[in-house]
Amino acid sequence: MRQFAELVQTLGTSTKTNEKLDALSEYFSTANDKDKVWVIAIFSGRRPKRAVNSTQLWTWCNELAQLPGWLFEECYHAVGDLAETIALLLPEAIPSDASYPLHYYLETLISIEKQDEAIRKAFILRSWQTMTQPERFVFNKLITGNFRIGVSQNSMVNALAKTVKLDPSVIAHRISGNWDPMATSFADLLSENTLTKDYSKPYPFYLAYAIEDDVNSLGEPVEWQAEWKWDGIRGQMIKRNGELFVWSRGEDLMTDKFPEYHALRNHLPNGVVLDGEILVAQNSSSSQRGDEVFPLPFALLQTRIGRKNVTKKQLTEAPVSFCAYDLLEYEGNDMRETFLIERRVLLEKIVKSINHSALLLSPLIPFSTWEELANLRSQSRNMGSEGIMLKRKDSIYQVGRKRGDWWKWKIDPLVIDAVMIYAQKGHGRRSSLYTDYTFAVKDGDKLVGFTKAYSGLTDKEFAQVDQFVKRNSLEKFGPVRTVKPELVFEIAFEGIAASNRHKSGVALRFPRINRWRKDKTVNEINTIDDLKKMLELYGK
Amino acid sequence: MPLIEFSDKGLYCRAGGFYIDPWKPVDKAIITHAHSDHARWGSKYYLCHAQCKPLLQMRLGENNYQAVEWEEKIFVNGVQVSLHPAGHMIGSSQIRIEVNGEVWVVSGDYKIEDDGLSGKFEPVKCNTFITESTFGLPIYNWKPQIEIFQNIRDWVCRNKELGKTSVFIAYSLGKAQRLLQCLPEIGLPIYVHGAIWNAHQAIVSSGFQLPDVKRITYETPKGSYLENIVIAPPGAEGSAWMKRFYPYAVGICSGWMQVRGTVRRKNADAGFALSDHADWKGLLQTVTETTAEKVYVTHGYQAVFSRYLNEIGIAAAEVKTEFGNEEEENSAAVAEAQETIDNKQ
Repeated sequence: MRQFAELVQTLGTSTKTNEKLDALSEYFSTANDKDKVWVIAIFSGRRPKRAVNSTQLWTWCNELAQLPGWLFEECYHAVGDLAETIALLLPEAIPSDASYPLHYYLETLISIEKQDEAIRKAFILRSWQTMTQPERFVFNKLITGNFRIGVSQNSMVNALAKTVKLDPSVIAHRISGNWDPMATSFADLLSENTLTKDYSKPYPFYLAYAIEDDVNSLGEPVEWQAEWKWDGIRGQMIKRNGELFVWSRGEDLMTDKFPEYHALRNHLPNGVVLDGEILVAQNSSSSQRGDEVFPLPFALLQTRIGRKNVTKKQLTEAPVSFCAYDLLEYEGNDMRETFLIERRVLLEKIVKSINHSALLLSPLIPFSTWEELANLRSQSRNMGSEGIMLKRKDSIYQVGRKRGDWWKWKIDPLVIDAVMIYAQKGHGRRSSLYTDYTFAVKDGDKLVGFTKAYSGLTDKEFAQVDQFVKRNSLEKFGPVRTVKPELVFEIAFEGIAASNRHKSGVALRFPRINRWRKDKTVNEINTIDDLKKMLELYGK
Repeated sequence: MPLIEFSDKGLYCRAGGFYIDPWKPVDKAIITHAHSDHARWGSKYYLCHAQCKPLLQMRLGENNYQAVEWEEKIFVNGVQVSLHPAGHMIGSSQIRIEVNGEVWVVSGDYKIEDDGLSGKFEPVKCNTFITESTFGLPIYNWKPQIEIFQNIRDWVCRNKELGKTSVFIAYSLGKAQRLLQCLPEIGLPIYVHGAIWNAHQAIVSSGFQLPDVKRITYETPKGSYLENIVIAPPGAEGSAWMKRFYPYAVGICSGWMQVRGTVRRKNADAGFALSDHADWKGLLQTVTETTAEKVYVTHGYQAVFSRYLNEIGIAAAEVKTEFGNEEEENSAAVAEAQETIDNKQ
């Protein structure tokens, strides 16, 4: 555990990617094999289930530290991280030379998951009492979740590749999909062992950068394929060995969430992997004519995510389709090295032969000049899309985010001027700074809150706003301050949908702060009617 | 009538006709210590500790100063005043006021641990105690100085092995001198920013023994920093002035470094929670030892700390002051100093 805590410490404070990589490869060449498997699991989002919840953790911490609940909360808001707050508040540990390895803690946590609370509590308290403060921090972090400590899965893959001398794309594929860190050895995980073949294993996704230059710099239009950029969930549909698997880009297995897809199990041939978008499409019976796709707002898809049992009503109101745009495996062969244009031919053949409303083909956009495409792009919103994807016709399917062959060319976001009305302290590196804001538009003489936004300002601007909040807060509701409505910001967002959960009646997609409108006063901001007009135009 | 009132110019003793650490010019000011948020320009008379005087001269220029020793009793308009060590920095004091047997103490900024430079903090028994609360949350518990010093030295040695210069960010007045007690043992030359050099000179000229440091000027050859030690004030972080030290690692010394998020936000390679303020336990211990019946809590987590004191049976109230903006002001001053240096280049 000590070694892992040190690794996390280095990764968390190091400001240089190379140092992080070195720390990781150092770990991979010196740690014990079982711990390594767990580190791979954790940094690729495969954390064990929560054996205890946050409330239990902080209650037990308070018992030990003998603090009132409100004081714990004040501390939490200053630190911005539950695991760290607890590590800082626990009384000094009893020094112990015995440091158990990482896998001991994780496997014990798994083994006690279904046991009585008393047993789980005893384990947590015993562990705390023998740990140093950095160990307590990572231990709590393992329990509470999201292990975001300044290292991407990509860096981890690169470090691992360097240590075991394999290509990063091979590593990325081997560690993807369904595997149990408790039952998988380090050697098995990294070798291609046919005996334990995992039929559900997805390929790493190929991701595009946003195009920065003029599209004209891409060269001849004829070398490029254009498609609409859909705003759903990027997914991979796998049919192997008679079974169907659907993965999201976050590597969540989502097959069971979407019963619409189950019929495809009988239609798709074995040995096929499709790359595409999971989305809620317009009632497909009317638009099911070859290449017509019209997706509904992401908000509708959201009603389906996170639900285990889907009702009939949801199935009719928000039917989910898979809009396919690439073919990664065909007849059991990895197709990623063939040209896009060839993959597309096969893809069209498969989708058309199946002819099922749950599987759509992402249509190509015919164009002969960049000007023509630019005009089409300006109509993206009417197509229910957020812009255009440009893919080089002779591109192979790469691993991760790469420049050159694939680009996303998004439309400009929608914008609205709003005033800040609430502020709350941020988390992680923004802990103890007021960086999470709620914004309002005008509704007659009143202000009505309609969105939160957390990003888009520079560190310097955040510091200035933080000072403003500290000097101009009117009331305090728990961690939230109401702020004198004075600072005006331009809020950018990708989409808008009706919502009965929000007082304003709208929900925004990807809201963020576009810029600080120091030139505007609160009297000059937009109104609720402006928002409603946008909803009318783009939110249907 | 309370012995001290909270006025718009600062803490005011009506009976004695003086202010303590006023934030506006007044006739008579008693100064707890020389930091910019406590010792401000423009008053007609300043009373402070003998070790504080040269620092005030450096910061505020020539004025009407009166210097006293700790525990030396003086009378101002019939009010008995004495200064007592606060342990915060060189010459830092608590102010004790007594009228007709009633005693009030203003803590200024203080820390409990004896850092070997600032004088050993002594709790002073009183009826009413006005305390700071900069680190008034139980997440702030300091490790002993000796342990932090060892961590600091280990870090410098590791940087040297990696071929890097160790750049420390520390307040020019206080933290920089404290660091200097820890660093010479390593045996590497120590270079300091002009702001720290000035403070260093003022302190040495008042009779203190401080280790030798070299001033960073535009004439210092760039190669001389490599694998050695640099101390710079907060305003220098991330500025162009730092480029000359490349390749370097930045270590920030401040109580705020207790929280990981702060270390990351500051983009520091290392954070050392070395503070010149009392931690949570220190604040509680002091409040108890003063045996005060009433506690006023100023700059810091005043709402939290006063609520907690009330819950454990000590009558407390929060007071808004203009203390505690030291960092901001320092940064501005340093940025200016830096520009002057950079312009010369």
